[in-house]
Amino acid sequence: MDIGMYFKPPELTSGAFKVWRRNKDVFMKNVKLNFLPPFIEPLLYLFAMGFGLGMFIEEIDGVPYVNFIAPALISVSVMYGAFFECSYGSYVRMYYQKTFDAIIATPLSIEDVIIGELLWGATRSTISATLMLPVIALFGLITFPHSLLIIPFAFLAGLLFACLGMCIAAVTPNIMSINYPILLFITPMFLFSGTFFPLNVLPEIVQYIALAILPLTHVVIIIRALTFGAPGWFLLTNLLWILVVCALGFVVSVNMMKKRLVV
Amino acid sequence: MTSGTLEVFGLDVNVHQREIKFKMGVVPQENNLDPDFTVYENLLIFSRYFDIPEDEAKKRVDELLEFVHLEERRDTMTDSLSGGLKRRLVLARALINRPRLLILDEPTVGLDPQSRHLMWDKLKGLKKQGVTIVLTTHYLEEASQLCDRLVIMDNGKILVEGSPTDLIQEHIGSAIVETDKDPKVISCLDVHQVNYEVLGEEIQIYTDKPQEITDHLLSECKLTSVTARAATLEDVFLKLTGRKLRE
Repeated sequence: MDIGMYFKPPELTSGAFKVWRRNKDVFMKNVKLNFLPPFIEPLLYLFAMGFGLGMFIEEIDGVPYVNFIAPALISVSVMYGAFFECSYGSYVRMYYQKTFDAIIATPLSIEDVIIGELLWGATRSTISATLMLPVIALFGLITFPHSLLIIPFAFLAGLLFACLGMCIAAVTPNIMSINYPILLFITPMFLFSGTFFPLNVLPEIVQYIALAILPLTHVVIIIRALTFGAPGWFLLTNLLWILVVCALGFVVSVNMMKKRLVV
Repeated sequence: MTSGTLEVFGLDVNVHQREIKFKMGVVPQENNLDPDFTVYENLLIFSRYFDIPEDEAKKRVDELLEFVHLEERRDTMTDSLSGGLKRRLVLARALINRPRLLILDEPTVGLDPQSRHLMWDKLKGLKKQGVTIVLTTHYLEEASQLCDRLVIMDNGKILVEGSPTDLIQEHIGSAIVETDKDPKVISCLDVHQVNYEVLGEEIQIYTDKPQEITDHLLSECKLTSVTARAATLEDVFLKLTGRKLRE
């Protein structure tokens, strides 16, 4: 088998934006329902973990526990937004709804469809992050204007998780099997990416693994620095890691999906 | 066969996919309508994929809904449409770009007779307007009704090619006389050197002179029940591909 085929750069055309627009139109049909979770979810976590569990925890890295987890909640929602959209969502559109089949009978190509799906996944993350900011700001847990940078950053980070989800949609034998990568990759990320406790309490080797292979670690570091209003040059390393993995994931996920769809 | 070239409108399909698809409409075997949208939205959203400006698209959607008699259902979600209505919507969707070539895969499979005849009617209308129609079907009556030219394929190979009437004439003759299988009848037919075939419990005689043969059989072979009917494309198909069940 030719491994090189997975690294062929896809062609980006306006067709991708038509697919993006189709997904946006579906989202807007149920806009009230879709806008609710990003408001409610942070409230639940903030009360349970921040104000509940947080009562037993002294400051972490010099900030109250609830301030420590607020950026993690945004990061996790960026991860979930795009990942679920491009794993379950794309799989349902591809396999059950045959939406992709219908679209590629038109002048649009398979690449247009997959790139449109990825861009939409990143958009879902951006929407989630944007909606969560005012809720969390209401509790005075984040610093402005730095935190506004989270909005464009959520698109980049979201794109990375969209690509991960798409890779899984490309290889999963059925919809139930998507549970496994979630159990083995997404849930560990949710727990071990410096989200609810600092990375440096873990054994050194685990820290290195987290930094090497868990994208959420880098996302949390950047978003936390922004909500604390303390960005620094050190973030460029994390940003570079995300950019490189995102570019790689983008190319590979499009080609993996193409391989699945073209018999 | 493992290779070859395919040209549509004189363009190579491997090179000019986009250009070709702009001028083409497809009705797939499976109704892959978008379940997230209504009838009207399905057509409107599809029009964007062909770069049709929105004002023009809205006009065309209204026309097409009228063409397939779905005006009343414009705001229905596609999941709650019946099979026949879904099929009509898929046809309308395939016409949104006013294609010069329409490809249909089993367009009327599973439809009730009314819906099937409506679909045939629409396709005949499109044919008159000059749209080239390519369709696959297992309904030989459909092929007889719609096709100017057809090929019968079996196991990926083309067996015959021609117009429905030519194929019937060439392989069967104009008529078929049928009677029950009976050893006495068979020996009588053998004596008279009639061209016949035994199919299950039935004897079929291929002929251009059904009246003559029938009279002859009734008087000479003492037949009790005889049916004469026009030969159809189905007879050609069965004769060429055999009666064994397919995988």
